[in-house]
Amino acid sequence: MTLPAADILAILPELIVMGAACLILVLDPITPVSRKEWLAWIGLGALAVCAGVTASQMGVRVMAFSDLVIIDPYASFWKLLLYLVSGLTILLSLAYLKEEAMHLAEYYGFLLLSLVGMMVMVSAADLLTIYLGTELMSLSLYVLAGIKRAEGRSLEASAKYFVLGAFSSGILLYGISLLFGITGSTRLSAITAAVHTRSLDDPTLLLALILLVVGFGFKIAAVPFHMWTPDVYEGSPTSVTAFMAVAAKAASFGAFMRVFLEGLGGLKANWHGLFLIVCVATLILGNVVAIVQTNIKRMLAYSSIAHAGYALIGVVVAGHATASSEIRSLGLSSVMLYLAIYSFMTLGAFAVVALLRKGGLEGEEIEDYTGLAKRQPVAAFLMLVFMVSLAGIPPTAGFIGKFYLFMGAVRAGLTWLAVVALLFAAVSAYYYLRVVMVMYMREPEASVTVLPRLLVSPPLAIVLACALAGVGFFGLYPDPLVALAQHAILALK
Amino acid sequence: MIPVSYYLVLSAIVFLTGLVGVLVRRNIIVILLSVELMLNATNINFVAFSHYFNNVAGQVFVFFTLTVAAAEVAVGLAIIIALYRSKSSINVDEFQLLKW
Repeated sequence: MTLPAADILAILPELIVMGAACLILVLDPITPVSRKEWLAWIGLGALAVCAGVTASQMGVRVMAFSDLVIIDPYASFWKLLLYLVSGLTILLSLAYLKEEAMHLAEYYGFLLLSLVGMMVMVSAADLLTIYLGTELMSLSLYVLAGIKRAEGRSLEASAKYFVLGAFSSGILLYGISLLFGITGSTRLSAITAAVHTRSLDDPTLLLALILLVVGFGFKIAAVPFHMWTPDVYEGSPTSVTAFMAVAAKAASFGAFMRVFLEGLGGLKANWHGLFLIVCVATLILGNVVAIVQTNIKRMLAYSSIAHAGYALIGVVVAGHATASSEIRSLGLSSVMLYLAIYSFMTLGAFAVVALLRKGGLEGEEIEDYTGLAKRQPVAAFLMLVFMVSLAGIPPTAGFIGKFYLFMGAVRAGLTWLAVVALLFAAVSAYYYLRVVMVMYMREPEASVTVLPRLLVSPPLAIVLACALAGVGFFGLYPDPLVALAQHAILALK
Repeated sequence: MIPVSYYLVLSAIVFLTGLVGVLVRRNIIVILLSVELMLNATNINFVAFSHYFNNVAGQVFVFFTLTVAAAEVAVGLAIIIALYRSKSSINVDEFQLLKW
């Protein structure tokens, strides 16, 4: 059996990242501790090469490996976002791992393996490849969550993530098997063709649909399948949390929208109402429970749940049965735009959290930020920008993201949904601005002996500069990103 | 020939056993076993449908599922061993450092 060269070329980025991951894992044991960082640079180099390859594939649309894999602008958009996020996470980890004295190059190996899983997910054209990509992503993330083996919290986060992740994969897989039974294929294009001939209230089809929603709901952390998120985000090493909150969410949304809008687009009358309920529940619960959190990683976890809720507004609009195809395309492109913007601001916020130290420990209570503006005005200002952007206040990019989502909802006739989302965005301003208030308006108590401070290092400075540039530039001039997202949307059924 | 619905009933029973097992059992190894039951219920479905449609795609899927399940068990047991070393327990009720 020979593999055609065209197919190999189509998955070249995946192969490069996979090769770099294997190289790092092999070189890890024979590299002295002082040189482990070099292995991270191998990963960064591989990402730079892949970004070039994917950028050159941006306009093409090809299927490879007998329709298991698809390379289209939609997949390329997500891949470029994933490279950027992974590159920034590696830079953040360079500083974070050094501070935590974790000299583990295998960390970068697993990070890249997880990235391969995400890339497979977003360019999958078959439920088989989607399942394999999801599992590769998740299995690597379970290991990364527990990589701080000496710390009980990290292990506990890893175990919880593993149990709930494996459980949700089982549910997703059962849904896939039922869908295979109904349509006779796992290929998305064949499923699209087959579901048209089925009656909409076929109970097996509805069951398969619900199981798929549950499976993907876990991956994107939508209510009521969000229970794992706060525990896992709090317990994992902060650099891993940033990666999970940003990259895993973007890839899951990418695969989720391809399955539902492309594969099961003909059934949108069935799943539209379901998503509407999940979307509103996610918005309410994420934003309300975030208010009572005292740990900033936990607060950002609930904020990431809430942001999944905002992104779901776009999915609801894209799946609206009576809206015109132009409005539905707007809904889809606004989800892509929103997740790209969300990546910049969340990564920036986690970068500040990762390197705020209190003595030898991480300062991750919101109280630890007391008076930071006096001691480190630049760090406090950066945190201010990211918090304001997460709250969606102009002129930051967070506002642009929410603006396009709400505009889509209003134009699709879902004005009430936009109003609900706007109300809860106002609620969210409370807990984001509380961090700002603590930094700028409160003096540290006299009894505190060790003042927390942000450790600054060149890699961290690069991460923060990129995140700030993203939030600031796209807040003032979003046109390039909007045009890219609109160019990259799926053909809606 | 045995009708395909018999297989579906069998797989539904196995799947529900696994589902309930994950939710009610407290020993993390038993939870892992229950997850495996869920995956195997899926395999029964795939093979039954594959036979019914005369389409090997389902059986190919089973090979991949088995491989992934093996990898999942390897990672899962590694996590459980690390956890046991730090807490001397594999009861999920005792893992409560993290909660709101």
